[in-house]
This record gives sequence, C-alpha cells and structure tokens, in this order.
Amino acid sequence: MSDAIEPAGVARQPSVKPAVHRQSSSTPLLLEVKGLKKYFPIHKGLMRKVVNQVRAVDDITFFVREGETLGLVGESGCGKTTASRCILRAFPATSGEILFREADGRVTDLAKLDRPGLRRFRPQMQMIFQDPFGSLNPRMTIFDIVGEPMYVNGLKNRTERTDRVAELLKLVGLRPEFMRRYPHAFSGGQRQRIGIARALALNPRMVVADEPVSALDVSVQAQVLNLMLDLQEKLQLTYLFVAHDLSVVKHISDRVCVMYVGKIVEMAATEELFYAPYHPYTAALMMAVPVPDPSKRHIIQDLPGEVASPANPPSGCYFHPRCEYAQEICRTQTPELRELSPDHFVSCHRAEELKLAGIK
Amino acid sequence: MDSKEEPNELPILENPDHPDLAEVDGVVPVPPTLPVESASATEELLVANQEEERISIASNWTLVWWRFRKNKLAVLSGLILIFLVIIVLVPEFFATMDPEDTDARLAFIPIQSVHWIDEGRLKPWVPGVVGKRDPVTLKMIWTVDESEKVYIKLFAEGYSYKILGLIDSNLHLIGAADPEQAGKVFLLGTDRLGRDQWSRLAYATRISMTIGMISVGVSIVLGLILGGISGYFGGWPDMVIQRLIELLQSLPTIPIWLALTAALPRTWSPEKVFFAITIILALRGWTTLAREVRGRFLSLREEDFVLAAELAGCSQARIILVHMIPTFTSHIIATSTLAIPVMIVTETSLSFLGLGLRPPAISWGVMLQEAQNIQTLALAPWLLLPGVVVIVAVLVFNLVGDGLRDAADPYSN
Amino acid sequence: MPIEPIPANKITHQLDINSSPSWIDEPLLRVEDLKAYFFMDEGTVKAVDGVSFNVYPGKVIGIVGESGCGKSVTMKAILRILERSAKIVSGKVTLRRRINSDDPNSLEELIELTSQHPNSKIMRKIRGAEIALIPQEPMAAFSPVHTVGNQIMETILLHQDVSKQEARKIAIEVFRSVGISMPEQRIDSYSWELSGGLRQRAIIAMALSCNPRLLIADEPTTAIDVTTQAQILKLLRGLQEERQTSIIFITHDLGVIAQMADEVVVMYLGMVMEKASVNTIFKHAQHPYTQALLRSIPSMQSESRVKLPTIAGSIAHPFNRPKGCPFHPRCGHFMQGVCNAEQPKLVEIGDEHYVSCFLYSNETISSASPLTEKNT
Repeated sequence: MSDAIEPAGVARQPSVKPAVHRQSSSTPLLLEVKGLKKYFPIHKGLMRKVVNQVRAVDDITFFVREGETLGLVGESGCGKTTASRCILRAFPATSGEILFREADGRVTDLAKLDRPGLRRFRPQMQMIFQDPFGSLNPRMTIFDIVGEPMYVNGLKNRTERTDRVAELLKLVGLRPEFMRRYPHAFSGGQRQRIGIARALALNPRMVVADEPVSALDVSVQAQVLNLMLDLQEKLQLTYLFVAHDLSVVKHISDRVCVMYVGKIVEMAATEELFYAPYHPYTAALMMAVPVPDPSKRHIIQDLPGEVASPANPPSGCYFHPRCEYAQEICRTQTPELRELSPDHFVSCHRAEELKLAGIK
Repeated sequence: MDSKEEPNELPILENPDHPDLAEVDGVVPVPPTLPVESASATEELLVANQEEERISIASNWTLVWWRFRKNKLAVLSGLILIFLVIIVLVPEFFATMDPEDTDARLAFIPIQSVHWIDEGRLKPWVPGVVGKRDPVTLKMIWTVDESEKVYIKLFAEGYSYKILGLIDSNLHLIGAADPEQAGKVFLLGTDRLGRDQWSRLAYATRISMTIGMISVGVSIVLGLILGGISGYFGGWPDMVIQRLIELLQSLPTIPIWLALTAALPRTWSPEKVFFAITIILALRGWTTLAREVRGRFLSLREEDFVLAAELAGCSQARIILVHMIPTFTSHIIATSTLAIPVMIVTETSLSFLGLGLRPPAISWGVMLQEAQNIQTLALAPWLLLPGVVVIVAVLVFNLVGDGLRDAADPYSN
Repeated sequence: MPIEPIPANKITHQLDINSSPSWIDEPLLRVEDLKAYFFMDEGTVKAVDGVSFNVYPGKVIGIVGESGCGKSVTMKAILRILERSAKIVSGKVTLRRRINSDDPNSLEELIELTSQHPNSKIMRKIRGAEIALIPQEPMAAFSPVHTVGNQIMETILLHQDVSKQEARKIAIEVFRSVGISMPEQRIDSYSWELSGGLRQRAIIAMALSCNPRLLIADEPTTAIDVTTQAQILKLLRGLQEERQTSIIFITHDLGVIAQMADEVVVMYLGMVMEKASVNTIFKHAQHPYTQALLRSIPSMQSESRVKLPTIAGSIAHPFNRPKGCPFHPRCGHFMQGVCNAEQPKLVEIGDEHYVSCFLYSNETISSASPLTEKNT
C-alpha cells in the first residue's frame, strides 16, 4: 500500500474498511475495565498526612474488542494517560478490575497481580509513547533498544535477535542497517517508528498508544498514523489510542471514549459519536475544534469556565458548572454510564431529551 | 530554534544533495499523474554520506571524546595526567636511588646543576659533591668538585626492583652512567637525612595520587549504592539515608579528620595507616555524590524509556544498571575527577601536620613536613618542590575534570 | 561571498511622509527579503533566508510552518531579540510608528527596525508600546516571584506617563477586558496560582496593556486545551476587531489559521513558499507543499480509518538545507536540474497570491499549468 500524494482529480481510495462494519458485537473482548480508580494522595505537613486525593481516574468502565481501535480522548486532567498506564500496570490501581483475555481464552484480572505475576502478560501488551526524544534511551543503539524486550524474554541468541530487529525495522519503514545507530541520529518521526518497532518486538496483542503523534510535525503525523493503520491490519493488533486531538482520534478509531476529570462521559462508535453525540461535553469539544475551513468561522464556540480540577471536582456531575443544560439533579447526583442506544454509552441525566449537534 | 527539536541535536541524516539521490525511487521526477512512493520507501532508500554515518553510530562516549578534544588545555592536562599515572605505576623507574637510603654525610645537598657538554660532545654530567664539616660551626659545607664528573644517561642501570611487584628490572629513566657512582646523582638535592629528593618525589607521587583516587573510588561506590537506593526506592530508606547525609555534612570536616587520624594507633604499619586514611577521607566524600545520584534517579524514574524497559519485562536490577546508571556515568566521572584534587590536598595537609601518613611512608605531605621551619627553608629551599608538584597535580585534575564535565554536558553551550 | 551582518551604528531612516496620500496604503509592518543566520561552531544555519510579507492595519496575518521553518526566528528578528549567535544578514523591516504612543491620533513615522541597535532606546520604546509579543509558554513568560499585576504595571509604567495608582487601574481594566473575572483580586496573584487559561489571558493582557498596534502571537494556543483554546481564539478575535490591532499569528495548526487569519504565509526551512488570502490558501493553494500539507492533516470532516496522503521523507535539518528549493527532495513535482539548481523567487500568480515555485516561474509558466484542484 503506498501513501500517495494524490494529484488532482484522483479520488481517494479507502485502503482500510470503514469503521462501522469492522467489529460486530460477537467479536470477543480483549480488554474489559470495570470500575477502575486511581487516586493519588496529596501529602501536607511535617508528618506528611494525606489531606486530599487527586482523583486522576475516577471509576471508569469500558471495553475494547479484539482487533479494534478504541480512542480515549479528553483534555488535560481527564485521566486518559493515567488510565492507559494503569491498564498496563505501570503502577497499581487504587481499585477496580482490569480483565485481559489471552490468546487461549483465559481471562485474568491484571489489577490483582503482583510483579512476578505480571511477567507473563508483559509481552502481550505494550506501549507507544508520546515523546520521541524521551522514550528511547540515548545511550543504547537501536539494536539494543528494539532487541531488549526479546533479550529479556528469553531470546539470548544474538544472530536471531539481529534478524528479528531487522525485520521489525523494515516493518516500520526504516532501513535495517539503522540498527547500528544511536537515537540522536534520528528525527522525531523516525524515533517514533523505532518506538513502534520496539513495541511490536514481542508480538503483543494489545498496544496502548499514548499520544503517539502529538509531538510530531504535522507533515509527519500522517506518516505515523498511516503506519499504525497498516500494522494493525498486518498484525491483527488491538489499539488503545489516547489523544487530545479529536481529528486524529476520529481518523484512527473504531470506537471512541470521551473522558472528563477522571470519568467517562460518553462511549460510542466513531461515526455515531461524531455525528450524533449524546453528551453536552462531547458536543462542546467538537464545537471548539477549529475547522480548517475559513468559510466555517462562525462555528467555533467556546465553553465557559475552566476544566475542573481532579483534586477538587464539583459535586454531582463533574461537568455541570460549565453545561448549558445543567439542572438541579446535575448538581446533586453523579450520573452513571448507561447504554442509551446499542453500543452507545453516555453518563448524563438529560441525555434522552437533548438534541445535540455533531459535526456536519 | 523551534521548540519541537531537541537543542544541540546533531544533524539529521537525509542528505538530499547526495548525487545518488536522482537514481532513487521516490525522488525521480515523475509526471504529475503518477503517485509518488510512500514516505517509508524514501526514507529507506536515501543514502547518508560517510560523515553523517560516523556521527550516527557514535556512542555517547565517542561524542564526549570529540567534544573533549576541542578543549586544548584539557587535552594537554590530560597528557600530563597520564604521565603522572605512569609515575604512579612504576615510580621505581623514575627514581635514581632507593628513597630510603639515608646518609647523614649527604644531607642538604642542593640541586645539582646538569652540565650538558663535555669535551665538545653531548655528554651530560653532574659535578661530584664533597662535603666537609666546618670544625667551628659543625655545619656541613658542600663544595662542588668539578673535577669529579658523574656522567648521567638515560635508561641507566641502577638498583633493582619489581615492576608492579611482579617483573624484575633494574632499568631507570635517568641514572649514573657508571653504576658504581649511582649514589652520587642528586637531581633535586637531598633532605636532612641525605635522602635523594628526586627519587622520593617519584614514590610520593604514587602514594599521594593513589590515596586520592582510591578514596574517590570508594566514595563513588558508596555514593552510587546509597544514592541509588535513596532515589530508586524512596520511602523510608530514602529518609534514613538523607538524614545520614545531612548529619555527616553538618559535621565540621577539619576537626573530624584531625580527630580520626590522630586516633590512629601509632603502632600501625604504614600500609594500615594508608588504608585507614583512605577510608576516612571517603567517609565524607560520598555524600555529595549520593545526593546527585539520588536526584538523577528520581528524575530518571519518570522517563519514558525506563517505563518502556519495565513494560518489556526488565528486572529492577537491569533497569538500574543498564538503563539508569549509564545515562549519568559521564557526569559521575567528571565530578569525581574534580573531587580527586580535593582528596590529594586533604591528605597532603594532614600529613604535613603530622597527622596523616607518617614516615617511613612517603607522600607529598610527608616530604613537605621536612620543610616546616624557617631554618630548613633558608638552608634548603628545594625541599619545597613537592608543593609545586601538588599544585601541578591539582591543576591538571581540575582542568581535565572541567573539560570532561563540559564535554559530557550537552547543554553547556 | 562572505556574509556580513549589518553594522548596528547605521543611521536611522526616518521618513517624514505623514502628509503624503500614499500613507494610507503603507503597511503597518513591511518585511522585505529578511535574512537571519545563526553562526555556530558546526556551521551556518540559514534560519530565515529571504522572507517578505506585509502586515496591514487591522489585519491578521497567519504564519504557518513546521519545525525549522524559521517562523519564530523571523519574529525575533523583527523585534531585534535574536540570540547572540544569530545575526540579521540582510533585508529590511520597516514599521509605521506612532511618535506619541499615548495619543491615538499621533503623527507617524516610518522607522527601519533592522537599522536600530537591539538595545537602543527607540527599540525599547517600540517593544511593548508599538509591537507586543504573546509568547508561547505563558508559564515561562511570567516571573514567579512577582505578581502578575506587578509585571503588567511595569510594562505600563515603562511606556506611559502615569502614576503607579493609575497604572494599577489600567491594569485592572485590561484584565477585565480579556475576560478575567474578579480582576481586582486576580491582579495580585502570582502566575503559578492561575490556571492555564487564566495565565494565557493574563499574558494577552500584558501584551495589550499599552495598546500596541501590532501583536505577535507565537503559538499562543499550542500549550492549552481545546476548549480553552476556543475561548482564547474568540477573545483574540474580539479584541482584534474592537481595537483594530494587527496580529501576526504564528502556528502550525491549520485549523487555527482558518479561524483567525485574513492572510496566510506558508514557510518552509526559512523561506516563504506561498502567500495569499486565507480563502485562496485553503481553496486554491498552488504550491505543492501547501497542497500536500492541507491534504495530510486529519480533519473531523474526513472519513475515518482511511490512509492520509503523506509528504514523503522528513524535514531536512537546517544544517543540511537542500540546494535550490528547500522542498524539492519531498516534492512530487520535482524537476531535475531546475528545482535543485537555484532557489525559486516569490512570483505573483493571482490577486495578492504569491508562490515560490518553479512550476510558476516565468521561464516554465507555459508548459506547467497551475493545479486548480479544490482542497477541503
């Protein structure tokens, strides 16, 4: 598949099937997160007493089907990065379940496992990081970086590792002889490819991508996104794609989860979420994104107030101080995430009544 | 420069001006109706020229070395340092006589002047010295006897010794041409016991430098381990170690050193005393490094590549040894190189006061002890030469350390 | 040919033409063939290599480019705040300056910014009062040990002849005008006490405090959330319309450009690739880089999970600028012997539409027809 710069007149051929038909409800779930919470204590005083908690992730429930891409989108402080790292067990969760299904069908709750117990799951779930400059050890060659996961998991034979690293580098579009080089020799986009190669070294079933294109130049973002789409098809990968950029998320996801101050406010298939959102925050987010079309200037609308703080969230629905549809109940009761229509979840008291506009 | 690119990053490798480029797919001029090759293919096929290739496979140490090389002063100091290290390894080679050889009749001989020409040819010699005691003042009077010529040459034979304690040899850098006259060459004079200063200086270099280097070495080990535990694990080990560091740093150094070294039993052999001094110096020196190491570990823990290693299944030991420590070894070496002269000066000072090493051990400080009173200084000012050597040694360590630190720090520009 | 920087002691050009009728058409800021190079140990970086554009009163001009394109360096060169290793090598920047910045009806003069010494009194007068900068990182732009009010008052007192109490009143008013609630209290807070959006507003307030006629906004919304960005963009647009301030808006976000700019300048590796009104750029871009850039950004209107057309290769490092047109190694319309031989010049191909590309140069204009595709 070539990424062509289309000249005039040639219609764009979709090379990957449209999202709506990729997964059906019978596709098994790869990951199911139930009631996940991650609170960070705030210490103050001489005795370092816990005075407050930062509710980075505040009781979220969602699932990811095998082979699909779930986009996790939200603004700063919404908890998407914390959630993604928690799911990978970079640190223990405060409470909740992280159910992971292995290839043989066994389902395990990762939240309950300790370090030795997690060892066998490590090869199955990997991460692509945001910062291309901080995610590669500057003292190691590319061969060391991409080969290390294999070395640590038993592949001690250097020749075999070299072959495999060469294969991986070719897969992400880099020349195999680059493995002799150090990260300082590469541009941001190339480093990101190396990071992808490293993530794929152990043939993972699930890849969590934490803002993989935010730090890249605009013209390079498309390359990396295309690469990720390609790899997903070739290797049957499942992606959990965390981003703050709605356009990027829409572009790559089958389904999207919108988060706000540690909670999921809406979860649905991409097209449905963007064309007919149920939650006022989702609608507001879409309205706020500047559209690259000068004839559509009047559309940009802003939301009053500031993003609430996870250390001190408002009562009831966390979004109510900024919501134009807020009512008494929104101030007192926190809404639950419920399935309003097939495979479309929302947590809003007034979701049935509201007729919100999505993108046209 | 734009904030997206890392500062001071080396050039990226695509070389679009390379003559081969025209042959390569993706950049061949194509009529607008045909699609152009994908980004990955082009990247794959662009050829980097040799210079860029060299930079791209350069490890961090290579890059540090290239930067270090530009600093001429540091390089020169480095060469002098290497020379000093050679003296440390084989001081016997540089000595002309046994440093312990005492002969009261040969006391306070001044520096002999080297005559380079003899009978029209290049044949260096030093005048023999004859001493006679003045019967009235009982002072030794030295007269230079020009008639007695003691020829000296390079790579002469002298007293035998073992290189590094293993290999026998009796070769010396400079010595009397006639082995019988070996006891008459005093290139830097003698002290009150008639001991050749030149030879003693060579041996003293070994002791003083090794004390400095070993005590810094011990500090590094202690600092790395304790600082690492503190930074990596946090929690109560961190608290305990940090309070210990604060305690140690709040103790006044000079009185503590004086007390500890004065407490060493007089009956201890010089080797034991040497060992003890090294430990005492190191006990205070590790704290600064430990703090720095702790800071590095704290910040490294948050780095993405450390998390990536954890997610790949690396053990904690591997993460610490392979991922974290190598990122700041160059910094450690640079700061340690700067710490060595402090140790050297400390030992010199202590020994000078009679509290550190004591005779028969030979160090710069011990040699300087001989030059403590005005009378001696007036009679034999050459006894102060070890001080000059101390200054030189401290200078070169500092210059090399500074150069290393600048070379290792990518943001020093 | 050796590269020499312009000596700083060159005499100021002061054209007193305020009685001439052609004043009305004179742009507020005129940048002519500006070149600024960095002279470093490793070599010379031609960060800005021949950039020209005009800013008219009351207009917003958007400068778009990716890393290494020189947009920030151009701004620093205009304000004469370049780093020590950089020098303006050639080119001219002319400003229509109010002689009395307090008085809106004051007489004007034309002043050549490139001939002034960076530390001269006149440059310091201009910075803040005539041209103000909204920097990229609001946190870094405020001193952590002074209150925001203190810093704004400092700016006001530097440029206006008022007392401290009056300055404080002005500061509170400016805070109010940028939408900061409770300005009387907020003015005494420190920058780290304010949230991201408030900080950004405070920075804008500081920039506006002396009523400059030109604002340079250097990626003002890159570091903030999308909903906050919408607020800030709306604020800027409102202020711009109300005060008729000109804005130079630097960003890499084409969506923001579409929302804010009247005219667009597309830069790549230190040169202007295309310059046109915002509608023209988005609907009728002619330069291959602009076209490719527009096509390669994911937008919410486009179809999901469809591969984007990409630009081959990656941006060359400024040390390794390709010979000739800087974009040619990645260009689908590369012409051997033409594009890598010389740098193309800006050529006018339409109404206020300039392109720097050999496809449109006079020499080859007969054979190549401009691509007239419609861009979404």
